Amino acid sequence: MNKVTKYVLYDIVRNRFVMGYTLLLAAVSFSFFGFDPDPNKGLLSLLNIILMVVPLVSIIFSTIHFYNSYEFIELLSAQPLSRKSIFLSEYIGVAASLSLAFLVGVGIPTMLFEGTERGIVLIISGLLLTLSFVSLAFLAAVITRDKAKGMGLALVIWFYFALVYDGLVLGILFSFSDYPLEKVMLFLTALNPTDLARIMVLMKMDISALMGFTGAVFQDFFSTNYGLIIALSVLMVWVVWPVALAARIFNKKDL
Amino acid sequence: MHYFKNIPQALPPMIRAENINKSFGKLQVLRNVSVSLPQGRVVAVIGPNGSGKTTFIKTLLGMVVPDSGTIYVEGRSIANRHDYRAQIGYMPQIGRYPTHLKIKQLFDMMTDLRKENAPKSLDEDLVVAFHLRDMFEKPLGTLSGGTKQKVSAALAFLFNPPILILDEPTAGLDPLSSELLKEKIQREHDNGKLILITSHVMSDLDELATDVLYLQDGSVQFYSSVDDLKLETGEQKLGRAIAQIMSKTATSSKLSETIKI
Repeated sequence: MNKVTKYVLYDIVRNRFVMGYTLLLAAVSFSFFGFDPDPNKGLLSLLNIILMVVPLVSIIFSTIHFYNSYEFIELLSAQPLSRKSIFLSEYIGVAASLSLAFLVGVGIPTMLFEGTERGIVLIISGLLLTLSFVSLAFLAAVITRDKAKGMGLALVIWFYFALVYDGLVLGILFSFSDYPLEKVMLFLTALNPTDLARIMVLMKMDISALMGFTGAVFQDFFSTNYGLIIALSVLMVWVVWPVALAARIFNKKDL
Repeated sequence: MHYFKNIPQALPPMIRAENINKSFGKLQVLRNVSVSLPQGRVVAVIGPNGSGKTTFIKTLLGMVVPDSGTIYVEGRSIANRHDYRAQIGYMPQIGRYPTHLKIKQLFDMMTDLRKENAPKSLDEDLVVAFHLRDMFEKPLGTLSGGTKQKVSAALAFLFNPPILILDEPTAGLDPLSSELLKEKIQREHDNGKLILITSHVMSDLDELATDVLYLQDGSVQFYSSVDDLKLETGEQKLGRAIAQIMSKTATSSKLSETIKI
């Protein structure tokens, strides 16, 4: 499997888009940390950018890459290789290159300016967010053979998790404001990888007081190591299930 | 009318397809395709556009899984297996490769992938004939369509497989390269390999093919040796012979657009 991954990775790393993405992330990180003397604020601003940009870039780039590699995947599938190993090689190649871009662009500046527990949580959650949106992209790409439809689906997924989902949650919150919803909120958070990443970082920042009683429940839950591990595990589930499902579909797909 | 005759069947078939059916949605692309392809033959797979040629080839390679029916390669069913593909060299219709990879790296990767089943010495005839070594450091994205075609051809032959599947091999090649490729195909035929070629260029097939497998609307219209076909129709050229047979079976108006002599 790693035989193919090596070359996929090599191909993507030399891609200008990934280089540009790395530079963009680095520029954003350095400017946020550089302009504000309080690294806490820098981290918060960076978090907001990461939550929008990282999922978007990960899902769009991965979907495009998958469709552009279609003929290459066909060629590989004419070789003595199993479908599963072809698919996972592609996934690992894309996931590794985007993770590398994130680690260089965000990881290095964050460790330089804010190498604390908060910084590390930010890096880990950003990394898992990257992986989970690459997974979702692969799922979108195997569902349809049509590139335009696949791209549309990928954008809808991003739109849903980045914007629509929060709107829905707010709607629920207002409609049922007479009921105690704190536990429900905790559960709803787990259904969105972006929210999960956001909460994980926010809870490390002592600003939960701004979030009312829900914030207090969140604080109780996430500030413990136990809570953090649960949150990380749920985020891992968001990495694994889409790509596992995608691999199953790809296994039976006509190329 | 049955044209299934005089294909030498003394040798065990390299590839055997039994009642292959495949539909894409409502469209049935392959209908009860059953053929035995023996060693040492060059089989021209022809038919109008959309007659199921490429789908048939893809089922042999396991890229398309038939709805029903079984394919045997060297006597074993290929269902849920991938190791048998070490016996096949495949040249796709359009070769598209990772753009930033160099030719050398592509060859290294393929060698890496097929190392276990590959012979000790690689067959680099086409690499030499097409002067690919001079371009080894070029990224694949910068190559012209014809050069990519040369890369695909060289890769198909590289591991000396007993079965070669060539999808439109000469399309896009310049006359010289096209001749070189045909010479190579001829040589491999003399080595006793089974070679499947799809092409719309009848003159190329006339030079190379020993048998013709004619598909239309997903079913086998006839499968016969070229010599018999010519004898039966009294034609000297393959294209004309096929045209005559087809007008006898009188099913096709699409044929005229397909066969260019």
